[in-house]
Amino acid sequence: MTSPASTAAKPDLSEAFGSRIARAPTDWQRGSDKAFRIIAHAFGFAVVVLLGSIVIQVMRHAEPAMAKYGFAFLTTSRWSTNSETFGILPEIVGTLYTSILALLGGGILGVTVALVTSQGFISPRWELVMKNIIELLAAIPSVVYGLWGIFVLIPAVRPAAGWLHEHLGFVPFFNTELSGPGVLPASLVLAIMILPTITAVSREALAAVPKRLPAAAYGLGATRWEVILRVILPTASGGIFGSLVLGFGRALGETMALAMLVGNANVFGWSLLSPGNTLAALLANHFPEAATAEVGALMYAAVVLLLITLAVNALGSFIMLRTTRELKGLN
Amino acid sequence: MTAEKCIQKRRLHVLGLLLLLVGCSKTEPAPAPTKAGEPSAKPAEAAGPVTLQGSGASFPAPLYSRWFKDFGAQNANVRVNYQATGSGAGVKAFTAGQTDFGASDAAMTDAEIKEAKDNVLLFPVTAGSIVLAYNLPGVAELKLSREAYVGIFLGDIKTWNDPKIKASNPGAKLPATTISPVHRSDGSGTSFVFTQHLSAINEKWKKGPGTGTSVEWPGGVAGKKNDGVAALIAQTPGAIGYIEYGFAVTSKQPMASLENKAGKFIVPTLASAASALKGVELPADLRAWVTDPVGDDVYPIVTYTWILAKKKYDDQAKANAVKQMLKWCLSDGQKVSESLQYVALPDTIAARVTKAVDDIQ
Repeated sequence: MTSPASTAAKPDLSEAFGSRIARAPTDWQRGSDKAFRIIAHAFGFAVVVLLGSIVIQVMRHAEPAMAKYGFAFLTTSRWSTNSETFGILPEIVGTLYTSILALLGGGILGVTVALVTSQGFISPRWELVMKNIIELLAAIPSVVYGLWGIFVLIPAVRPAAGWLHEHLGFVPFFNTELSGPGVLPASLVLAIMILPTITAVSREALAAVPKRLPAAAYGLGATRWEVILRVILPTASGGIFGSLVLGFGRALGETMALAMLVGNANVFGWSLLSPGNTLAALLANHFPEAATAEVGALMYAAVVLLLITLAVNALGSFIMLRTTRELKGLN
Repeated sequence: MTAEKCIQKRRLHVLGLLLLLVGCSKTEPAPAPTKAGEPSAKPAEAAGPVTLQGSGASFPAPLYSRWFKDFGAQNANVRVNYQATGSGAGVKAFTAGQTDFGASDAAMTDAEIKEAKDNVLLFPVTAGSIVLAYNLPGVAELKLSREAYVGIFLGDIKTWNDPKIKASNPGAKLPATTISPVHRSDGSGTSFVFTQHLSAINEKWKKGPGTGTSVEWPGGVAGKKNDGVAALIAQTPGAIGYIEYGFAVTSKQPMASLENKAGKFIVPTLASAASALKGVELPADLRAWVTDPVGDDVYPIVTYTWILAKKKYDDQAKANAVKQMLKWCLSDGQKVSESLQYVALPDTIAARVTKAVDDIQ
């Protein structure tokens, strides 16, 4: 049955395309293909070389400090240029603390916004408007966030912070007075800064859930709540988790807004209202005026920040791999 | 037909991409020829203008940028570019030979001069005072004794109604609010001058945090740069922090009167800062520290700020340009200092520094 049909089709094809259908690629085509491949490879490789050279540079400058301060650098908390004693425990804890708080705030907010703008709660036009407004947040320079934090956010949270300290002062999170800049304002601004990343990536993940899944769930009598919570969110969980890892990475490395808002005090307490410090803020503040000994210590701190970011990304990829494995067949 | 179109389309895409790449690489060097052509467009002296690169202290930066702009307008043969990178960075860039001159609030230490192979001259060109600005609604005037302001920054005095503050402010309604001392988060010449003064007047401070562009502060919060500290003071009720005089004037923040060595409470003004300089003898290397000036009407926290130049320049044209610039700053430049809230050098000192400028070769 098939062979007569195909033989019948052959003359039609050659009629339509003439002899050019089976023509070998011209020199131009071959050349441009090759050039493109070489350029793409070169650029891809250049990125790796760039990162590698940065890591090598940082390591080389950090080496004397690593040898001098050793592991104690990570577990002590004095930063004294005069006595050349350096330790970054408060900064390590502060970096993780502010980033985790930002992830909690930005994560919950980001995923809910992604749900609202992708699940037909509002008209498609408004979905588009909201999505674009949130993505615009990513275009605001960091220093503007810092200024906004100092002039708008801190005065705005001051009454609430005062109330919390007065009435809930026994809770470790509120056991100091708000000093102005500190962990709370820094984390709030960070949460807003990572919101666009989380929203954009989770929205893509939610939109990529095959329509037949919710349709089947509705067919079985599930409510909208059940469909979103038990079908759509778990199916998109890989992508949502990815967005959280990206957001967390962004929060870890954020510099300028934090240098302006975190208070830059070399102490660490659980209180959200007290000043703290982060690795990136430490680098930004001390680098321009640092003498040789301090530069080494700062480079060491940069290596630690690099390792923390690497560990977070590796852990994120690992968990993502594990959680999405069982959902492979669905997508 | 359609397959052919597809191929053509793809070819066009690749072509477009290549063109884009070529375009990118071509547009970047494009500004170079215009830059090279620029000097010839502006009529100048036969040899063309000499460009001087400088960087350093941010404390006198508003004054310097005004100076170099006016100087450039009056002297077509020299152009001066100045970047306020901070004193420490300025010294480093100058020592490394990246700039033609540097600027520093902390002058240069002996070790730094040695590192620059002794090929450096330091010229005090202006002076300024550092004030304690505060935020206490309802308190328009505040007098702080030496014991009080050191105690605040040491963290020993914690509330505004502390007896040590009350003692010198009998009439003021001092609230029981917590004091939030604000300091600089970045290393800075301003911090150096302030901590140097605190070390000079208080043993506990000297043994504790000590003197430096960044020290271990016993407490409080930190803001980035002068404007960051000023913003924090303005936003935090109960805050007090040290900033450059000009910043406090322009941001209209109340400043505390400080007790000087003679036991008098002095309001920070340009006049009280200038009189502090009069009592200081300039040494041969022109590195004079005004750590605790003597006199009845002197404001206690005052500092010179220096421009660093090489003793010997490889390029004679550069040496002449630096000399020309420094001499202008020390004569015509001094006339605008006060309008920008900096202290004009007393005539005798300006004359002495001008004489020293001739040592540049």
